[in-house]
Amino acid sequence: MATQSATLKSKEELIERLSKPEVISGSEILLRSLLLEDVDCVFGYPGGAVLYIYDAMHGNPDFNHLLTRHEQGAIHAADGYARASGKVGVCIATSGPGATNLVTGIATAYMDSVPMVVITGNVMSTLIGTDAFQEADITGITMPITKHSYLVRQVEDLPRIIHEAFHIANTGRKGPVLIDIPKDVSAAKTLFKPVKEVSLRGYNPTVNPNKLQVDKMIKAIAEAKQPLILAGGGVVYSGAHEELLEFVTKTQIPITTTLLGLGGFPSGNDLWIGMPGMHGTYTANMSIQTADLLINIGARFDDRVTGKLSGFAPNAKIVHIDIDPAEIGKNVPTDIPIVGDVKTVLTLANKLAVRADQADEWRASVQQSKAQYPFKYIDSDVELKPQWVVEMIHETTGGDAIVTTDVGQHQMWAAQYYPFNKPRSWVTSGGLGTMGFGFPSAIGAQMANPDRVVVSINGDGGMQMCAQELAICAINNIPVKVVILNNQVLGMVRQWQELIHENRFSHIDLAGSPDFVKLAEAYGVKGFRASNKEEARTAWEEALRHPGPAVVEFVVRRDENVYPMVAQGRTIDQMIMGDAE
Amino acid sequence: MKKHTIAVIVNDQPGVLQRVSGLFGRRGFNIESITVGTSEEQGLSRMVIVTTGDDHTLEQITKQLYKLIDVIKVVDLSANAMVARELALIKVHAEPASRPEILGVVETFRAAVVDIGTQSLMVQVVGDTEKIDAMIELLKPYGIRELSRTGVTALNRGNVKQ
Ligand SMILES: Cc1ncc(C[n+]2csc(CCOP(=O)(O)OP(=O)(O)O)c2C)c(N)n1
Repeated sequence: MATQSATLKSKEELIERLSKPEVISGSEILLRSLLLEDVDCVFGYPGGAVLYIYDAMHGNPDFNHLLTRHEQGAIHAADGYARASGKVGVCIATSGPGATNLVTGIATAYMDSVPMVVITGNVMSTLIGTDAFQEADITGITMPITKHSYLVRQVEDLPRIIHEAFHIANTGRKGPVLIDIPKDVSAAKTLFKPVKEVSLRGYNPTVNPNKLQVDKMIKAIAEAKQPLILAGGGVVYSGAHEELLEFVTKTQIPITTTLLGLGGFPSGNDLWIGMPGMHGTYTANMSIQTADLLINIGARFDDRVTGKLSGFAPNAKIVHIDIDPAEIGKNVPTDIPIVGDVKTVLTLANKLAVRADQADEWRASVQQSKAQYPFKYIDSDVELKPQWVVEMIHETTGGDAIVTTDVGQHQMWAAQYYPFNKPRSWVTSGGLGTMGFGFPSAIGAQMANPDRVVVSINGDGGMQMCAQELAICAINNIPVKVVILNNQVLGMVRQWQELIHENRFSHIDLAGSPDFVKLAEAYGVKGFRASNKEEARTAWEEALRHPGPAVVEFVVRRDENVYPMVAQGRTIDQMIMGDAE
Repeated sequence: MKKHTIAVIVNDQPGVLQRVSGLFGRRGFNIESITVGTSEEQGLSRMVIVTTGDDHTLEQITKQLYKLIDVIKVVDLSANAMVARELALIKVHAEPASRPEILGVVETFRAAVVDIGTQSLMVQVVGDTEKIDAMIELLKPYGIRELSRTGVTALNRGNVKQ
């Protein structure tokens, strides 16, 4: 208690000190503003155009910056930090190549509505447009993948712009905002006074829903015989998990959660029927196809969820709740549109909601289907099965870890075999499907949650896209547990080539991969390898006990496929059920 | 597929035209013409965009435009009575012998000759798109050397509330 009040006091003191009007440089303004926005860790990489900014960090005890080994590592770390904490992730890079190295990470955050502020340096204002050394038009390049962006022209604008950027990033439909700061602007001095208000005439997200529309939804629930809830990332982003649980408890409507919605609803709940879509549960997909009322809460009807649009939820009246009006009706025609913040909408709905009384038969049949069609795989005592490894990770962490993944088969197995009960425990690149995301995002998630176990599940392919960040785990003792499900191939591509391209396995062989244990050790990180169940348990438990970062390579069956699967272009009830059937 | 004329009131910020036109390109919306200039209020510009698409597309265009922070207002001008005007400068081949005929066309359209060369006339015509199309059709037989159209600018009539 004593220490807590001491830190609180010092935080207040810090804010007071930082808020004192003073003539300082643009770089100082940036650092102070970030601290005042409650950023406790930024990720970045220096260079010529941000030299003044990095100079201002030098010896600054208040400012916490992690030097990654690649800008892509920095931006995915900032993304993981944001997803796991709900705060705005911040990353800094220099102009030109530094800035362009961020592009994949910005697009990743944009697709998944992750709040981020991305700071890039640029060449001197006087040189902009001259193809100066390390010049790139980063605001132009990133325009389609940012929520908004700024090119700062005058140092006087900087406090306002930073404050606006944080406001835009973390309100409404969240997303990345870029601030491009020319070198002379970061060097120039002006009187700094913190900005507390924002006035953006063109930006007023609708938070409160239209009550009449909510009434319509309540009425539709009372009339429905086969109602279903489809909940997405919006639930997690608006912090509406408790309201969602209350809504489901009151209405007793079965619920499916999308990939990004995992953790937004407790998986142990009877009414939860798993994830829908391409690798979703049989029950979720069939229920969507037979539902007469589909209530979409903060999901965007991504094509990985809907499959062939023309045959999606053919019998259902559609309710769509979203903070972004443009999502409503974008892919699926909506009968009852509700624009608003998910938490606010559900709070209102909970005051009115009653049990869906006509849906007893439906509830029973959905629950029976759930019992009858769980995810299945054929286990083996000879080869290590990736699904088994994920189940073991779940069991040994008590389901309490924050799990981040890369992209591929392992991602889908993690989604299928690690049931989540808490929001912000699941960090994965959904919309863009970015390989290289899994490991660095875990670093950010761990920085935001120093006391939780963070497990990063990767394929052997994707791990090699940002493996260099092992260095920052080692030197900063960031205790991420890195799992590599090594199947020696680009597994998800192999699966598609097997099932859709008649076994023509084109360029998927990852021969030449490093010895991952040695790779870890080369960075000073503990490495483990396991090829059977016994080794797997021992290695994993030791890795968990180890106080610092660890890499555990699980050598798994090469030809394992993710099932069920809906091939692209099919309706979601056309499922390939797979080996275990 | 219908033609829609929309007005987009935007903050007069560098890059705003790129944001708007980029959005159209990226989302596969069509731009038939786009004009931009100052508006009645300092700091705001008015863009007028002519686009084609069904009602669903128009709805998406409007909603997506509103997502841009610098967009203040989007108005479907063509939903109400509007005045839409375009200006064209047409440099038409004109031998002395054909000039009277060309001047006849110019007069009928209440257009104007704004420059005279030894072999050509420059005609200025203002009107709605159909009028300008018609004028161009009529001048084609003489040989159009150069042509420049501004694209449509428009406002709603009288008391239509925006
Ligand atoms: C940056 C990037 N490049 C390519 C892809 C396409 N892709 C999707 S999954 C996949 C294979 C991933 O292989 P691996 O990392 O070994 O994981 P596995 O599927 O075997 O679990 C590829 C290449 C991608 N998603 N991201």
